Amino acid sequence: MSDHSLSGTQVLEAHGLSKQVSSPEGTLTILSDVSFKISAGESVAVVGPSGAGKSTLLALLAGLDLPTAGHVVLNGSNLSSLDEDGRAQLRAENVGFVFQSFHLVPSLNALENVMLPLELAGQSNARSAALEIIRKVGLEERWSHYPAQLSGGEKQRVAIARAFATEPAVLFADEPTGNLDSRTGANIMKLMFELNRSSSTTLVLVTHDQSLAERCDRILSLDVGLLVSDERVAE
Amino acid sequence: MKAVVFALRSFGRELRSGEVLVLLAAVALAVSALTAVGFLTDRIGKAVARQANEVLAADLRLRSQERVPDEWRDLAHDYELDTAETMSFPSVVFSGDESALATIKVVSNEYPLRGSVRVSDTLFGEQRTADDIPAPGEVWADGALLARVGADVGDTLAIGELDLTVSAVLTYRPDQSIGFASLAPSVMLNIDDISRSGLIGEGSRVAYALLVAGDERAVADFNEAIQDQLPESVRVRSQEDSSERAYNAADRAQRFLSLTAVISLLLSAVAVAMSARRFAHRRMDTVALMKSLGATQGFVISVSFVQLILLGVLGIAAGSVIGFAAEEALSRILIDLMQQADLPKTGLRPIFLASTSALILLLGFALPSIIQLRNTPPLRVLRHDVMPPAPSHLFVGGLALAAVAALLYRSVGDVRMLVILIGGIIVIGGLLYLVGRGMVALLGRARSGVGVAWRYGLANVARRGRDSAVQVVAFGLGITVLLLLTLVRTDLLEGWRQTLDDDAPNHFLINIQPHELDSVASLFEASNIDRPTFTPMVRARMTTINGESVKDREYPNEDGKWLANREANLSWAASMSPSNELIEGEWWPLDYAGPPLVSIEEESATNAGLKIGDHLNFFVAGKEVEAEIASTRKVNWDSFQPNFFIVLSPGALDGMPATYISSLRIPEAKKPMLIGLVRAHPSVSVIDLGAILEQVRGIIEKASLAVQAVFLFTLAAGIAVLFAAVQSTIDERRFESAMLRALGARRRTVFLGVMAEFAALGTAAGILASAGASVLAYLVATRLFELPYEFSPVIWLAGVSAGVLIVCLSGYFAARGAVNARPADVLRSVGN
Repeated sequence: MSDHSLSGTQVLEAHGLSKQVSSPEGTLTILSDVSFKISAGESVAVVGPSGAGKSTLLALLAGLDLPTAGHVVLNGSNLSSLDEDGRAQLRAENVGFVFQSFHLVPSLNALENVMLPLELAGQSNARSAALEIIRKVGLEERWSHYPAQLSGGEKQRVAIARAFATEPAVLFADEPTGNLDSRTGANIMKLMFELNRSSSTTLVLVTHDQSLAERCDRILSLDVGLLVSDERVAE
Repeated sequence: MKAVVFALRSFGRELRSGEVLVLLAAVALAVSALTAVGFLTDRIGKAVARQANEVLAADLRLRSQERVPDEWRDLAHDYELDTAETMSFPSVVFSGDESALATIKVVSNEYPLRGSVRVSDTLFGEQRTADDIPAPGEVWADGALLARVGADVGDTLAIGELDLTVSAVLTYRPDQSIGFASLAPSVMLNIDDISRSGLIGEGSRVAYALLVAGDERAVADFNEAIQDQLPESVRVRSQEDSSERAYNAADRAQRFLSLTAVISLLLSAVAVAMSARRFAHRRMDTVALMKSLGATQGFVISVSFVQLILLGVLGIAAGSVIGFAAEEALSRILIDLMQQADLPKTGLRPIFLASTSALILLLGFALPSIIQLRNTPPLRVLRHDVMPPAPSHLFVGGLALAAVAALLYRSVGDVRMLVILIGGIIVIGGLLYLVGRGMVALLGRARSGVGVAWRYGLANVARRGRDSAVQVVAFGLGITVLLLLTLVRTDLLEGWRQTLDDDAPNHFLINIQPHELDSVASLFEASNIDRPTFTPMVRARMTTINGESVKDREYPNEDGKWLANREANLSWAASMSPSNELIEGEWWPLDYAGPPLVSIEEESATNAGLKIGDHLNFFVAGKEVEAEIASTRKVNWDSFQPNFFIVLSPGALDGMPATYISSLRIPEAKKPMLIGLVRAHPSVSVIDLGAILEQVRGIIEKASLAVQAVFLFTLAAGIAVLFAAVQSTIDERRFESAMLRALGARRRTVFLGVMAEFAALGTAAGILASAGASVLAYLVATRLFELPYEFSPVIWLAGVSAGVLIVCLSGYFAARGAVNARPADVLRSVGN
């Protein structure tokens, strides 16, 4: 594997990642010996057909799951050497998420959903910081609405605000436009890239969408669990 | 600390969003039901016990052969208790030339402290409650006594040196005993007259009593304080050792009440368990998200735990208020129905008990799920099918059972009942689950032969295999309890009431000489009353058992020793009394003429260590009679029939001096015939059982009313359980029906499908509940209440119809929203 990293510090490293699960048909290999490094501030798209192992890779990179073999280094810490609470702590300090199905807490309103990671991190000014970022995503009029009262695009804006609220080192986005129509999706991605640039966050984006992938600095292509290409996108 | 702050803050948000309302409502309902039931059973129980206390006319009686020293009365006053003084002794009463032996009852102004005295203004006339006691110079006399001496109201009776005017006929006093000791009819007079009577002095056989009553706690404290201080000559009696029959009735009433309380507890437990399960399930996504956002396991669990406690506290607060208010309202109605001036007050204990019970239930049922939340993989944010590993069944079941058992033990108070109840619950639960799974499998197979709606419904039942079976268990338990409460409760109360049917004898005639039998019988026949059955009675003393002197013999217990050594009443009979039941051995043939045989009451036989084949010798009027034990019997003492511990075969006591006794029912209107009877046969004593019967019946009536009132609450809890069961699957249903409708199913089809599923579940639950209720009812009736029980087919009909109806109805209301929701809204909101 070639190393495409720029001169900046490595924020995320995958070393020989493999993931196998047992199924009624026997052991199933989802990822096989995947290695790469991602530098701070880089935006990286992970593409591939359904079942290629994209979401599994994302879960391993964020420490939501552990690899069968290999290891992940996130901001200098080897995830495999940490227990679940250790990985959670690391996520609290370094990671933001945007999910395909938004994952807002239904019992919390928009503002409270954004406050959630700030409160988890014990920030004292959670409310003002959350209001600030809510304004940035253009939802200042609707901050008191509950998820059920928001449209899909609005929900994803809340999710993005929540992801950026803690100013994470790495933002993982799993098919962020998958549940949205193309126009809303385009708006959402515009917002995400803007925030990404202004806060110099590293972005790892899992997507089916080739045109979306091409807006990133770099594209990792997966197929049946193998990393088949790792290309820089021409400016 | 961070977790607590976070939990407090987000709890407010969850409350506002309505997310936790189902569990909150379940806890509040549990607490209000338990509080109301607790208050009611407490107060009604006390009212019933108070009625049993009437047998003493007080809560406590200090009795002595000499006047009870004033220090004890003063001490009672120190405890803020009321006191009254009584004296009683036998004396001859004169009216002109006629005289009769009477029990003289001398009372002070405060008498009676419990219950009331009833009098009538004419012989055998209508009764009224007396507000006071006879004025000085006056006397109230028993009708039988007046009849015997030929006096009436307004006449003068001479008692000792007193001439007293009869101002009323005494028909009832609460402490009139039916023991043979006080056969003689009573006259009641004022204590102020007694010093002038000349009857009290050296050698007079006066029983003095100091009556004490008041606040329950104060009475108990007073009783404890005097226990070791009293001189040996003073004996204390409290309610437990007073009239056994009234106390038995009160005891049964308490059991009914605590059974009802137990049932509300169980229903509350089921409701809380179901809501807690849903609470934990719905938190799973949030927990996964919080973990993906960096929350640690400890944090997640602390937050959930704090919120659970907050929820409990809030539910308890709401439930206490509702329960207290409901109890106030119900007790007002009950005071009317029971015709009581007031129900004894109770402390705040029921609220405390209900609250701790609810907390224990909440923790017992919700804690395993909450602890398990900790293990929710954060990966769930990406893959919704990832679940935390299920907590061990042993842990969940053990904790829940422990919680229920701990609470049950407190309400039940005896291990045997607890074991029966818990055993019943486990067996029925397990059986329901197994059969439920079997039925679910069968239903699944049936679906190829039915229309689309049914196929969908049945497929749902089968697909949710385990969940369906769990629901069958929940519904089944709920319906079991409802069946027990409605049908079985009625049967039980009816059975109990029948032990005292309206034809129960209300009079005892004793001391009838053999030559008087025909003339007494003809007096009754002349008044159109059925000829009474006369039972012979012979005084005797047991001398040896299998040749060994009764004095030297070892007995299993003191009761047995007392039985063997006392002077006993023997009887003989050709056939066994209908109020007896043969336990062991054989009753002699009707025409038996062989050597003397004897039948012993079962409990006495056990106490005295007697068995079939033993030889007993009796000393009767200077002669020895030997008899072999042929059988043991169980005696229903509640029957008010003449019954004997020892009954011999006919001929065994021939030639011995016997008197006869009889019990019979004399209708109110025909009571005046007793005047003629007593005049014609002065030696025959008539004992009116009406008052005692009324007392026991009163207790039964009150207890049934109480059970019914409490039942309303329990019923509400039961329906809430069924509703909670449907609610717990509502999210899934909403999604499924949206999906089906998105696929083009008409609302009607989806709805019919849902109903088909509920109908199938309801049928299964109903069948199992009917079986469960029948078995439990049998156990409760025969083992706990010692009442006969008949299996009723109505239970099956009612069980299955109730199952289908209740499950479909609560299903309809709970699932209506799910079916009617706009598919687009539902499908869109799934991932939020």
